[in-house]
Amino acid sequence: MQSDWLFIGLFLLIVALFPGAPIILAGLIGPHRPSGPKSQTYECGIETVGETWVQFRVQYYIFALTFLVFDVELVFLFPWAVAFGQLSIFGVISGVIFILILFAELLAAWRKGVLEWA
Amino acid sequence: MNFFSDPITFIGNWLGNLLVSIGISQQAATVIITFIAAGVVGMFGFSLVIFTIWLERKLYARIQDRIGPNRVGPWGIFQTFPDMIKIFTKEYITPIGVDKVAYNLAPILSVSAVLLIWAVMPFAKTIVGTDVNVGVLYLVAMGGIGALGIILAGWSSNNKYSLLGAFRAVAQIVSYEVPMVLALLIPVLLGRTMGVNSLVNAQSVWFIIMSPIAAFIFFTSSIAETGRAPFDLLEAESEIVAGYQTEYSGLKFGMFYVGEFLHAFTISALTAALFLGGWRGPFAEQIPILGVAYFFIKAFIVYFFVALIRISMPRLRIDQMLNFNWKFLTPLALVLLIATAVVDKAFYLVIPGLNISAGLLPWARAAVHLGVNLIIVLVTVQILKSHHISTVKIVGKPRPVAVAPEPPASVIS
Amino acid sequence: MAAEQIIFILVAAVTLGAAISVVTSRNLIHSALWLILALFGVAIFYVLLDAGFFAVIQVIIYIGAIAILFIFAAMLTRRVMQETGPQSNSTWWLGALIAVLLFAGIALIFVNWQGFTTTASDLTNPGGRIVQLGLALVSPDQYLLPFELASILLVAAMIGAIYVAGEKKQ
Repeated sequence: MQSDWLFIGLFLLIVALFPGAPIILAGLIGPHRPSGPKSQTYECGIETVGETWVQFRVQYYIFALTFLVFDVELVFLFPWAVAFGQLSIFGVISGVIFILILFAELLAAWRKGVLEWA
Repeated sequence: MNFFSDPITFIGNWLGNLLVSIGISQQAATVIITFIAAGVVGMFGFSLVIFTIWLERKLYARIQDRIGPNRVGPWGIFQTFPDMIKIFTKEYITPIGVDKVAYNLAPILSVSAVLLIWAVMPFAKTIVGTDVNVGVLYLVAMGGIGALGIILAGWSSNNKYSLLGAFRAVAQIVSYEVPMVLALLIPVLLGRTMGVNSLVNAQSVWFIIMSPIAAFIFFTSSIAETGRAPFDLLEAESEIVAGYQTEYSGLKFGMFYVGEFLHAFTISALTAALFLGGWRGPFAEQIPILGVAYFFIKAFIVYFFVALIRISMPRLRIDQMLNFNWKFLTPLALVLLIATAVVDKAFYLVIPGLNISAGLLPWARAAVHLGVNLIIVLVTVQILKSHHISTVKIVGKPRPVAVAPEPPASVIS
Repeated sequence: MAAEQIIFILVAAVTLGAAISVVTSRNLIHSALWLILALFGVAIFYVLLDAGFFAVIQVIIYIGAIAILFIFAAMLTRRVMQETGPQSNSTWWLGALIAVLLFAGIALIFVNWQGFTTTASDLTNPGGRIVQLGLALVSPDQYLLPFELASILLVAAMIGAIYVAGEKKQ
């Protein structure tokens, strides 16, 4: 068990090197001549107007929020699915009720107009 | 065990014995072997990109009636190497006002998150990085880290359009994680395990036969997670310049591309492992090296479809993309999950009464699940038909086509 | 065993350092990044405790969802790159005092706690523990009620959050 995680831990270190090392290497090989106009923001092809960290609509946040709730609930279902073979009928039904609550939640969000992009 | 049937395990054991014999302790030897194995797996995943970039360019070209790369090597197969050398020598142009830490971290994160998935990729029965017992959840976790990389890239760039790209990334990648996790629950439920290699072991009948809908949902939402066409809203060049990668240059920009191509192949390999039986095939149990071949054949077949979809589909609009996820894929996945759970339990309750031989049991189970899946497909198609949107919403009044102005009255009279 | 302790000390140092940086960083997004590092450190602790399931849950929920939501909220609600004003106010000493007292209290309890000296039970069947968790979640004499209640609670939380965050329709 711990040896599985040893592999992932070492893999984590190595995998950070794979993109990291070439990026550093290319920085050493490549030219480096910054100049005023060159280091300006490209943005969309014309000069930047006003503040760049602008605020966007709250809709994006609401989608992320809906996702968060689903994510937290779905994670509970994984142990349930792994233990499925040993569950009693009652256990299966309570899992299904859990999923039904999730479904009701989706319908509630739908009816509230949360899922509309308008 | 012999060298020709299972070279990787053979070399691993041989190296382990060698290290112990020269006086290194058993634990240290394990760490060294693990380290080498991790390096090999990572290197392998990383260098696959060189091939898939060429493959996709060639495919793209042929479908558009072009020839594509054809100068360097046979069929231009080495084209990626000169491209790589060229991008290596490019200058990094860092615009003023970017957030240095996040700006430099983002390309590394977006490649690493994809590469990390290869830790649990089952190449063959014995050739697997690690079969950690929460493998499927580990895949989901890495998806979240990838999204983080894109958000950082968009936010740090000091660019409105990059920021908008990052917002779209959140809306898309994060939304599509919901049906993906739901679709992943179905192999877990059918295989009763979360380890990716254990799941391949459990597929005496491929899961795509037992649950084609789950395979479809997983495949579709994975494509959305990679952010490629038709789901490439986060880098829609006609709307938001190049999205989150606008302000990147040189290899930092290249790394996003490497990440994207690698991700595309990774999801193909995962689809092959989770739904197409991975390394399973004739004699794969006895000769693991054959399993590697089966695995890659399956992965490349899926990858072909991923590439085809990218080449032939137009981009979705953001509201269509969200509707497709929340109003179609997610409810479908929830219904499928309930149906699969109920049917599977019912099957095992009924089965002792019927006299089915042990050899036929998996097939009987698959047939029942397939039937339920087909019923769900039919019902879904009916519902979609009855809710078919036949009228297109017209925004604003239709304007008349240019008409010649009325000649002044004086001319007529 | 020694290697495990070295890893623990290193990770603990990084986690604590990151946690301190969360509160001292002047930039909200940087704070969020430090928070992610700290949360990742906690995930490694779970791995060291041989609780792989909780480690991945930690990464999925806290890094993949909550930290992203934090960054998102910071991007949406305020001009993040501007100075956010002084980081402490005139009653900082009161907060520090309460924090020290709280820490002392927790430390006192831990010093007298027997749990450190008892040997951990043998965790030989790691695959079986997820099955046990799954069974416990839906068995009525264990965690069935919290399991279903958590679901309903989250529904309520989501509807509330949507109501608060949602734009008023004309």
